[in-house]
Amino acid sequence: MGNVATPVRPAARQPAGLVARLRQSQLGGLSTLGPLVALLVAIAVFGSLSDRFLRPDNLTIIVEQVMVVGTLAVGQTLVILTGGIDLSNGAVMVFTTILMAKLAVTQGLPVPLAIILGLVAAGGLGAVSGVLVTRLRLPPFIVTLGMLNIVLSLTLLYSGGSSVVRLPQDLLALGGRFELGGLLITYGSVLMLAIFAVVWFVLKQTAWGVHVYAIGNNVEAARLSGIRVNRHLLGVYASGGVIYGIAGLMLLGRVTVADPLGGQTSNLDSITAVVIGGTSLFGGRGSVLNTLIGALIVGVLRNGLTLVGIDALYQTLATGVLVIVAVAVDQFARRRTG
Amino acid sequence: MTSADGHVPVLEARGLVKRYGQVTALDGTDFELWPGEILAVIGDNGAGKSTLIKALAGAIVPDEGEILLEGVAVHFKTPMEARRLGIETVYQDLAVAPALDIASNLFLGRELRRRGPLGSVLRMLDKGRMRNEAARQMAELKIGIGSTTQAVETLSGGQRQGVAVARAAAWARRLVIMDEPTAALGVKESGMVLDLIRRIKARGLPVILISHNMPFVFELADRIHVQRLGRRIAVVTPQSHTMSEVVAIMTGALAAS
Repeated sequence: MGNVATPVRPAARQPAGLVARLRQSQLGGLSTLGPLVALLVAIAVFGSLSDRFLRPDNLTIIVEQVMVVGTLAVGQTLVILTGGIDLSNGAVMVFTTILMAKLAVTQGLPVPLAIILGLVAAGGLGAVSGVLVTRLRLPPFIVTLGMLNIVLSLTLLYSGGSSVVRLPQDLLALGGRFELGGLLITYGSVLMLAIFAVVWFVLKQTAWGVHVYAIGNNVEAARLSGIRVNRHLLGVYASGGVIYGIAGLMLLGRVTVADPLGGQTSNLDSITAVVIGGTSLFGGRGSVLNTLIGALIVGVLRNGLTLVGIDALYQTLATGVLVIVAVAVDQFARRRTG
Repeated sequence: MTSADGHVPVLEARGLVKRYGQVTALDGTDFELWPGEILAVIGDNGAGKSTLIKALAGAIVPDEGEILLEGVAVHFKTPMEARRLGIETVYQDLAVAPALDIASNLFLGRELRRRGPLGSVLRMLDKGRMRNEAARQMAELKIGIGSTTQAVETLSGGQRQGVAVARAAAWARRLVIMDEPTAALGVKESGMVLDLIRRIKARGLPVILISHNMPFVFELADRIHVQRLGRRIAVVTPQSHTMSEVVAIMTGALAAS
C-alpha cells in the first residue's frame, strides 16, 4: 500500500452501545453475550438459593477452584483457535509437577531453577506436538492423543508411580493467599487472570494473534498471505506447553504434593471450558475471554450445586448437559446468520 | 522484447517449459504483458494456462525458459518472492479468512503496528490506521461496504471477491493476476467485478485475467493470449476476431493465423 500515512476519511462507525459492542467484539461475530448471560443467570440463581454463595469469600473460592483448569484452558484455546485440539495438556501439566518436585526435593536444586527447568520442559513437550503436527502433517487429535500416553508413561516411569511429598514452601507459593480488603485471595488466581489478560492482548492486539485466527480460518489463505504457518503453529503449541507448566505450578500450590496420577480428566475439563465459552472447535472463532467465562460457568455450577446440597455426581451430569446446550446454541445461531 | 515505441513488457516469459512426469504442461510458452493493458489468458482444459499463471505468480518453478520483470530476469521460488516484487494474485478460491474483518484481511501478513513503544515493544496493531486505509481502498474501488470491521463471511460473494481484489490492488506495484474472478459469481456480481477490474486498469496497473467466461473476456480484454497444448498459439484482440473464431482457435478447429 504505497502511502499508508495519507490523511483518510474515517471509517463508518459501528453502534457503540455496550451490548452492541459485546455482540460485535469477537472476531467472526462470535458473541460473548450468550455465555456472559448464562454466567450471570447462574450466579443470580445460586445467589437466591444459597445465602453463602454470593459472599465474597465464596466467590474467591470459585476463582481458586477454576485456576488450574482455567489456565490449562488458555493454552487449549490457543490450540483450538488454530483448528487443532490438545488432549495432552493435563498430562504435560502433571509431568511438570513431578519434574519440578523431583528436581527440588530429590536433586536439591534451588526452587527457582526447578521451576524454570519445569517450564522449559513443558514448552519442549508442547513443541514436540507442534513439530509432529507441522512436519509430519498428522492431525492434532492423533498427535496429542499419542503425546497424552507418552507423557503419562514418562511421568509414571520418572516418578516410579509414587507421589513426591514434603515439597519446599516456595514451590507451593501459588497456593498461598494474601489479604485484600478483608478478602483472602490466592496468588494462583491472580496469576491465572493475568495470563488471561496477556493472552487476550496478544490475540486481539498483535499480528501474531490475528495470524492465529487466520490459520484456524483458512490455512491456505494464511499461507498465501505470507504467514509462516508451520512456524506459527509450532509457536502456539510451545507456548501452550509453557502455560500448562504454569498450571502445574498452580496445581502444586493447591494440592501441595506432586501426584503422578493427578489431573487425569484435566484435558477434557479444559476443552469443556473452551466449548462452554463458545469458542468453535473448528478453529478461527472465539476468544480467551469466552474461555474465562466458560471456566467460571463450570466453577459456579459446581460450587453452587454443592452449596444447595446436590450430590457431586450430579455436578458432572450438569456440566455434560451444559456442553451439549452450548454447542447446540452456537450451531443454531450460526445457521441463522448463515 | 521491445515494442515499436521503445517500451518494455511489464512481464515477459520466453520458452517456458514445465513437465510433470510424462506430462508436459508447458511446452515452450512465450508471454508478454504490456503496461496498462488487460491481457486475457484463455485455453481449453489442459492447455497449460494455470501452469503458466502459477509460474508467473511464483507458485511453481519452470524447468526451462526465463521470466523477465520489466526487462530484468527474475527467478521466483515462492509466491512471496513475486509479491515482494509487486505482483499480486487473486486466487480463484478466494484466499480470505472469513471470520476476520475486512481491514484484517486487507492487511493480513502485512499488518501495521502502532508508532512508538506500543508498537515496537508491545507489538500493538494500529487498528485505526488499518481500518481507515482499508475504507479508503474500498471507497476508491467503489466497493459498497458499510464498515471495514465487518467479518468477510457476512458479505455476498461479489463483495468478498471485491475484498480479495481490493487487497491485490492495494499492494500490487507492478501487476495484478486474477484467476477466474467470476467463477463463483452470478451475472450481477460478475458485472461488479468487471467494473472493479476496469478501475484497477484506470490506476495504471496492468491485469492478467484468466477466465473461461468468453463474454467477460471480450468485454474487458485489450489483448487475448490463446494457450493450446502447452504453447501460446495466438494473440488476438476482441476487435480482430469474433468470439467463435477465438473458441475455434482455442480448440484447434481453426488454425491460428
